[in-house]
Amino acid sequence: MIDPVTLTVIEAALQQVCDEMDLAFSRAAFSPIIAEANDRSDGIYSPVDGSLIAQGAGGLPVFVGTMQFSTRCLIERIREGLTAAPEPGDIYIVNDPYLGGTHLMDVRFAMPFWRGGQIFCWLSNTGHWPDIGGAVPGGFSASATAVEQEGLRLPPVKLFKRGAMDTEIYQIICSNIRVAEQRIGDVKAQAAALMVGEDGLTRLMDRYGDDTVREAISELRARAAARMRAEIAAIPEGTYRSVAHVDSDGVVDAPLEIRLTVTKAGERLTFDFAGSSPPCQGPMNSVLATTLSSVYLAMRHIFPDVPISAGAFEPLEVITPAGTFLDAHYPRPVSGCAAEVSQRIAEAVFAALVQAIPDRVTAAPAGTSGNFALGGHDPARGRGFVMYQLSGGGYGGARGLDGLTNGCSTIGISKAPPVEIMEQQFPVLYHRYGLREGSGGAGRWRGGFGLDYEIELRRGEARASFVMDHGRFGPQGALGGQDGAPNMVRVIRDGEVHIPPHLSKEQDIPLRPGDRVRVGTPGGGGYGDPMARDPRAVAEDVRLGYYTPDEARALFGVVTGTGGLDAKATSDLRATLRDAAETQQSGATMTRIKDKAPTHRS
Amino acid sequence: MSAADASESVETIAGIDVGGTFTDLILIGGPGGGVRIAKTPTTPGNQADGVLAALKAAGVSPSALDLIVHGTTTTTNAVLERRLARTGLITTAGFRDVLELGRRTRPQPYGMTGQFRPVIPRDLRLEVAERMDATGEALVPLDEAGVEAAARRLMEMGCESLVIHFLHAYANPEHEIRAAEIAARIWPNGHITMGHALLSESREFERGATAAVNASVQPILERYLARLQAELAAQGYARDVLVMNGNGGMVSARLAGREAAKTVMSGPASGVMAAAYTGRRAGCPNLITYDMGGTSSDVSLIRGAEPAVSHEIEIEYAMPIHVPMVDVRTIGAGGGSIVSVDEGGLIRVGPESAGAMPGPICFGKGGTEPTISDANLLLGRLNPGRLLSVEDAAPVEAVRAAFARVGAGLGLDAEGAAEAAIRVANAKMAGAIRMVSISMGHDPRDFALFAFGGAGPLHAAALARELAIPRVLIPARPGITNALGCAVADLRHDFVRTVNRPLDAVEMGAVHAILAEQTAAGRAMVVQNGAALRRVREVHTADMQFVGQTHLIRVALPDAAPTRETLQALFEAAYFARFKVELPTIRANLVNLNTSVIGERAEVDLAALTAVTPGATLGDALDHRRPVRFGADWHDTPVYARARLPVDALIPGPAIVEQMDTTIVIPPGDRAEGAADGNLFIHVGAA
Repeated sequence: MIDPVTLTVIEAALQQVCDEMDLAFSRAAFSPIIAEANDRSDGIYSPVDGSLIAQGAGGLPVFVGTMQFSTRCLIERIREGLTAAPEPGDIYIVNDPYLGGTHLMDVRFAMPFWRGGQIFCWLSNTGHWPDIGGAVPGGFSASATAVEQEGLRLPPVKLFKRGAMDTEIYQIICSNIRVAEQRIGDVKAQAAALMVGEDGLTRLMDRYGDDTVREAISELRARAAARMRAEIAAIPEGTYRSVAHVDSDGVVDAPLEIRLTVTKAGERLTFDFAGSSPPCQGPMNSVLATTLSSVYLAMRHIFPDVPISAGAFEPLEVITPAGTFLDAHYPRPVSGCAAEVSQRIAEAVFAALVQAIPDRVTAAPAGTSGNFALGGHDPARGRGFVMYQLSGGGYGGARGLDGLTNGCSTIGISKAPPVEIMEQQFPVLYHRYGLREGSGGAGRWRGGFGLDYEIELRRGEARASFVMDHGRFGPQGALGGQDGAPNMVRVIRDGEVHIPPHLSKEQDIPLRPGDRVRVGTPGGGGYGDPMARDPRAVAEDVRLGYYTPDEARALFGVVTGTGGLDAKATSDLRATLRDAAETQQSGATMTRIKDKAPTHRS
Repeated sequence: MSAADASESVETIAGIDVGGTFTDLILIGGPGGGVRIAKTPTTPGNQADGVLAALKAAGVSPSALDLIVHGTTTTTNAVLERRLARTGLITTAGFRDVLELGRRTRPQPYGMTGQFRPVIPRDLRLEVAERMDATGEALVPLDEAGVEAAARRLMEMGCESLVIHFLHAYANPEHEIRAAEIAARIWPNGHITMGHALLSESREFERGATAAVNASVQPILERYLARLQAELAAQGYARDVLVMNGNGGMVSARLAGREAAKTVMSGPASGVMAAAYTGRRAGCPNLITYDMGGTSSDVSLIRGAEPAVSHEIEIEYAMPIHVPMVDVRTIGAGGGSIVSVDEGGLIRVGPESAGAMPGPICFGKGGTEPTISDANLLLGRLNPGRLLSVEDAAPVEAVRAAFARVGAGLGLDAEGAAEAAIRVANAKMAGAIRMVSISMGHDPRDFALFAFGGAGPLHAAALARELAIPRVLIPARPGITNALGCAVADLRHDFVRTVNRPLDAVEMGAVHAILAEQTAAGRAMVVQNGAALRRVREVHTADMQFVGQTHLIRVALPDAAPTRETLQALFEAAYFARFKVELPTIRANLVNLNTSVIGERAEVDLAALTAVTPGATLGDALDHRRPVRFGADWHDTPVYARARLPVDALIPGPAIVEQMDTTIVIPPGDRAEGAADGNLFIHVGAA
């Protein structure tokens, strides 16, 4: 039996190998989505079933579960003879969403790690390419109805054979994607990261011996499982339900519903999505790998100290949501699954578990990637351009803590590009880039605030597309807290205001110079009763302009004047509001009010 | 360099470093040469008291000094503890929240909570009409009356400092300069920072945050330095105090305040400068430095005796300070890191730390959680009778009991658990060192590990073994390395100019003009400081990337007039060295041109740091023997006094060398060797 100290040392070393792969990939990549937004992940996977052995700590959270499914699919296909068996020096490329993936833009590389002529494990990584072909630049088509419209779909094929790149396959890829000339940089960076992993792993195995490392891997898996079981055991027994909504699928203007029932029994948690909406026509379907990964990443947000390995997922049972939009099959379009649906699934997990472990879970965060794409032609430079503005929003309040303002998406860890860089590269002018006042959901601990920006097209012509969410319903408040402000999109053309019919999604809106786009991103949900918020904290929020005095009065029952807090008037107002609420309570239900009067400014 | 060299310093120089706990002083030169050292408690209220106390303890009158070089944590503490001067911001209409929105992140990859307090609160951030575009063209003229009104309002709100930060001012600073002129007419002091003044590069959040930090520490630093200078003057020191900057160079105290943000990371920088200096003299120009403290450890990389400099350092979550600074990375493990066993039955070290209070159990200040320092004590590596800053005898039994509890869950006895904790801590620290050094494309065999700080030499040999670094260099006085850095540092001014164009589209004449301009500006500043200089030299670098990339690689330039072909070739070579990737079809982008102008001070002879009373044989230095545990075994280990080591001592491991400010562990299988300047090398695996 391996001693616990060697075990810890090997655990750290495996993690180190993955972290160094992450670093090499990001620093060498060309795609800014990989290099700046860290939309990539690197890991080590089991040779038997692809299960996760270790993964880089800085990998994009949504990939925490998907890559093991992708590796498993590859192993199965090789076993079944559908994919050619590997030889030393081979690297497979695959982006098929239905084979353990996300959307087509996430391109996976997988390489066996050989030891004495046998595959000891797999090294794999995923990187988000800026374009993979399809109807719209960038791949996020809000109105695609089949995967073929979303881009080039690659089954697992060997891009590298015995160490050399297959230039024929590479040319097929390049002929089907936009801005192909820079992809060679990403391909080499992605392959070089696997080599960094191979070197690191070889060093590790030479030092400790293959058998010791193998034993450590299986022991670490068992211990991660034990760790997660211990966390689960502390959750009160019971069944917790939640509902989360996707605004629409982008094609049919009707909300999609995620219904989640979490059952805690002993040391297991079961996640059942029965009753969720059926598969949809538009791209807001989720493939199973992404659905599972979304549950895992939500659990990791709640229990960040449990090491990432397949063991941590063992005590989590996700019942396959067959027949729903969370288990989409070919040829359903899926471009919204990794960026948006995944975050709604995480929100459902948070909303269910905040009832059980209110000390560990926050109210809902903004939960959208806020994808605004602008593609067009810049006459000053004589060339086309594709610009993305991905945005953050407010995080949910938590016990003892207000939500963070302008945090990144639940499934991401990326930095936003500076306004100055955007204006250097694209023919746009920002008129404002500010904190969206009033957007944080009221609560004893309020939500963080969203972002409010406005962009003008300066020259040429362009088309604007939006794949966002939370436009119909704001991020959910928890335990009596109010919802955060919903996402808001306004397109001002020739002085006329256009509101996308689906609120958060629309494709190819033509813009001329002088036209503007204004976006308000969601605020986080509030946590706990707003009437219990410290009146001094509310007065400070008013002083800083986060809320108006009227909002402070209406949302928090706090009265402020020129001198700040009016304590006497506040306690009177709160008493009056409390009495009124008690009278009303008699007929209240737990149903969420769909068309409630907006409490947020638009 | 020999003592007879004509360029040798004959000045009397005091290097004084104010750290968290101690104020360290090293006095070099003067009549008869020699070195004096003093260590006095830091006086947090007014650091000047501690500085004067250190001079007094060294028995030197300020009037006898030619030069005082000072490393201060005044601004560091002000930033980390948020004791900042009240500062207002005037910025472009529509953008007052840039400082609060940051770059849309969260503090950790997992966990959906976080807190962020902008340096300037929202009510003190005002907007005026004005707008430049990315090419520097004014789209909206500056509302001059608006600037004056905003400045007046901020004064009324009690602001002491002012930041003027406009979008795209790096491309055209005209509006910022004009607004600063208008504000200066009514602002009661000179505390106005323009966004483009410290570093003229794009990225509005980072530039604005840097300016905000600068403005909010400027009055604090100036008050402190004025007071120190006055008190020294009263005691007869007439010249300017020189202040250590985060770039590892010094500036006159009169100039330091204007660019106060540059002093925020000066403490770690001075240690690295001492390492580079010591290493160069010892024939080790390539070093990885390792300074292990109580709660964290600092790591940096030195190649060719030049520390790596970065201008993209974040000192805490979402607080970037983008001025050129020695690239020191902090890793979250130190002597105070707490040892525990998790729910999965695995031993963990940190991230929690016992800090300075209560500290490790062995400090006897009420600590109850076992730490790495405690483990070192239990294994015999630390001498319980000689713990610095400890008044009461170390409660070894309490330490043993704590590790027995840790070991119970692992099937180990107390000592076994302590040994396990050290192994895990070393693995973790080695990994973190790798991430910031070797994994950036360097071969560990080209480096020596320079260990300093109170605890660095305890772990250095084990870390070097883990990292495949062949040898460890331990300077004569590891505990006062920062003060030594002050005493030997050069004068230095850094310049960065953003070009950001494809190399093929750059006009090379303009490149040469920028480098020449930077050189001239730096030379003019360096000579202002009044210290004796041996020579002035420049280091030119370019930050480059392939067209289409976002990350940068820094390329050293051979001179100030490189050709286009040279730049492309140097970049491709650097890229291949880092990533093992060649991309012959893609051309390079020239992003920044940088020049550092360095005024080299006269060589300071470190030979005076050698042992005061060297023994003739190793036996003369033997203090006692004690059992020390390495791996599973206890070894009867000789403990030597460093002050009595023969100059060319050869010490086979296992052995311990003790001195006032540190303890050096030489594990079995390694061999230590005395060298010039009082250095000690540990050759890993050479015994």
